[in-house]
Amino acid sequence: MQCVVTGGNVKVLGKAVHSLSRIGDELYVEPQEDGLALRSVNSSRSAYACFLFAPLFFSRYAIPTGLNFRCKMAIKSVQSVFKSLATLEKTVEKCHIGLDEQKDRLTFTLHCKHGLLKTHNLSYQDSESLEAVFDKNSCANVFRAQPRVLVDTVVHFPTSLEEVTVTVSDERMWVRNHVEDEAERSKAMLTELCLAADEFDYFAVKAHYSITFCLKEFRGLLLFAESTGLPVSMYFDEPGSPVVLSVTDSVLEGNFVLATLSDNHDLQKSNRGGDADQPHPPDDFMSDDMDAYLIAMDTSAAPGPSTADPPPPSLATFRKPPAPNYRTRTHSEEEEEDDGEEDPERPPDKKFRSLFFGSVLPPSSQMNTQPLTTQEVLASDSEDETEAD
Amino acid sequence: MPLSTQSQSQDEQYVLVANLDNARNLSNILKAITCKDHAVFTATANGLKVTVEDCKCMQANAFIQADIFQEFTLKEDMVIFQVNLTVLLDCLNIFGGSTAAGASTALRMCYMGYGHPLTLFLEEGGVVTVCKINTQEPEEPIDFEFSSSNVTNKVILQSESLKEAFSELDMTSEVLQITMSPSQPYFRLSTFGNSGNAHYDYSKDSDMMELFQCSTTQTNRYKMSLLKPSTKALAISCKVSVRTDSRGLLSLQYLVRNDDGQICFVEYFCCPDEEVEEE
Repeated sequence: MQCVVTGGNVKVLGKAVHSLSRIGDELYVEPQEDGLALRSVNSSRSAYACFLFAPLFFSRYAIPTGLNFRCKMAIKSVQSVFKSLATLEKTVEKCHIGLDEQKDRLTFTLHCKHGLLKTHNLSYQDSESLEAVFDKNSCANVFRAQPRVLVDTVVHFPTSLEEVTVTVSDERMWVRNHVEDEAERSKAMLTELCLAADEFDYFAVKAHYSITFCLKEFRGLLLFAESTGLPVSMYFDEPGSPVVLSVTDSVLEGNFVLATLSDNHDLQKSNRGGDADQPHPPDDFMSDDMDAYLIAMDTSAAPGPSTADPPPPSLATFRKPPAPNYRTRTHSEEEEEDDGEEDPERPPDKKFRSLFFGSVLPPSSQMNTQPLTTQEVLASDSEDETEAD
Repeated sequence: MPLSTQSQSQDEQYVLVANLDNARNLSNILKAITCKDHAVFTATANGLKVTVEDCKCMQANAFIQADIFQEFTLKEDMVIFQVNLTVLLDCLNIFGGSTAAGASTALRMCYMGYGHPLTLFLEEGGVVTVCKINTQEPEEPIDFEFSSSNVTNKVILQSESLKEAFSELDMTSEVLQITMSPSQPYFRLSTFGNSGNAHYDYSKDSDMMELFQCSTTQTNRYKMSLLKPSTKALAISCKVSVRTDSRGLLSLQYLVRNDDGQICFVEYFCCPDEEVEEE
């Protein structure tokens, strides 16, 4: 395998690596026919990111036919190749990526000005395939904005903030910090921003959903988008369904797929056992906390999604009872489960119980043709016990 | 502003008197060799040499020539004393060490000889501070016997490019390997860290390479912890010469320009790790 990146694209590649480091600790590298894929996933499998660099991104992209190679390596080591982005821009003329399968090494060679050659031989491990199953096109809500708009929005939230909630109506998007604990709500500082549809390049809302996802990972994407100036597209559906953030241009595509908090606090029970792609049973959302929650929201002065909006229009896939669109959030923990409950006819097989890897798409959505790839997990890295019963 | 608070008779008691209008011309260069607490000061007619050693296998020297000082008076051929370098630097920066234009600290350094403290008179904006630092029994600096006649390989590089390499060095590597050769890769810095190895190659034809004199291929490894402090000297220098002798002893010499554009030198010696086979 021989890939050569020249000029400004070296910095783009470096930026992508740094961006992926916000997601997980390992970088999965897979040279494909349609380009070089760099992926990362977090330990709880609730965030996944993939950058696909088309052959045209490279000044030379030579993959032996039939190469079925994928590996993973510590992302810190790849980051050290692209350590100083400012220097990359000024001094690196080209970056050559080569594979030495005999020695299990991936070599990054940076040809710099003044006759300086930097060679990094990084060891890797073979890895299984890592791909999230998601279908952007089936999402109810689609937006596209210049990265500046989103960066200016998230700058208002402290870097320590874990999650944000995004709520949309026909003409507006609200971004608010998410406070986990109901009791904390009265003590915490609540920040809410409202963006009008005209701040976006594209704003299409089919359902007035409100989703909550991890801000840190979102910032990871913005890091990349801002430096490349590419507009960010956002696709989401009902809460519990992942939000997909994308940047694309003619030679690259980056997708960040982040899990969203589900309304369904029974999700753990329904996830347990059986195939990962069974549809969820209808859930009960009317919890005792909801009234208290609504009361809290009613006292807020600013007109927001909590007060006015009518219930979302009924959708074929929308199984929830008509109700004001604020629901209690239950954080459903991400767990990898034991294979004890697997179908006895199948060979013992550990599967992801991922919040979004093929398990939470609305049953009627058009799945893209990617097969559900399962990961062989030899040891669960989750510390949480699975739900009893 | 030169200090004239001392009476003539007191001056005659000092074996060393050194005056500097700008104390930064001394403190900046001393910062470049601060890797240990204590330093040995050797004053001769040529000027001041300050030596710091580590583990008996690394030595850093800063040379400030006599003509850098506004006054440099020596009553004996050689005056040697040892002081705590950190304390000395704190005193030299006692007025805050700000780099505001026009605000410079004047220094008068005086030493009465063995058993006496080192006395510093520091003045800025009319305010005078007197510091007396206890001197210690000087340890004999190692003489590595590095002579130019024994030099096998020598290169002189512009500091700018080496600065980049040193700032990116993989710190998980215990050693820094330096290869110098009349053939490819000419001049190579290598690290062997947790995730793999990295090589920085400088071509002999590079415009950053001012001098390239390599007669034999030599590869030597040096402990990263011993060489890391040299990056401080590299940071303030404009050129660096890298030499190895037949024993693999490394000599790094840095050309430093002070605030007034005068030239000073900093030198690092480092012993190699055990003999290594060429990889």
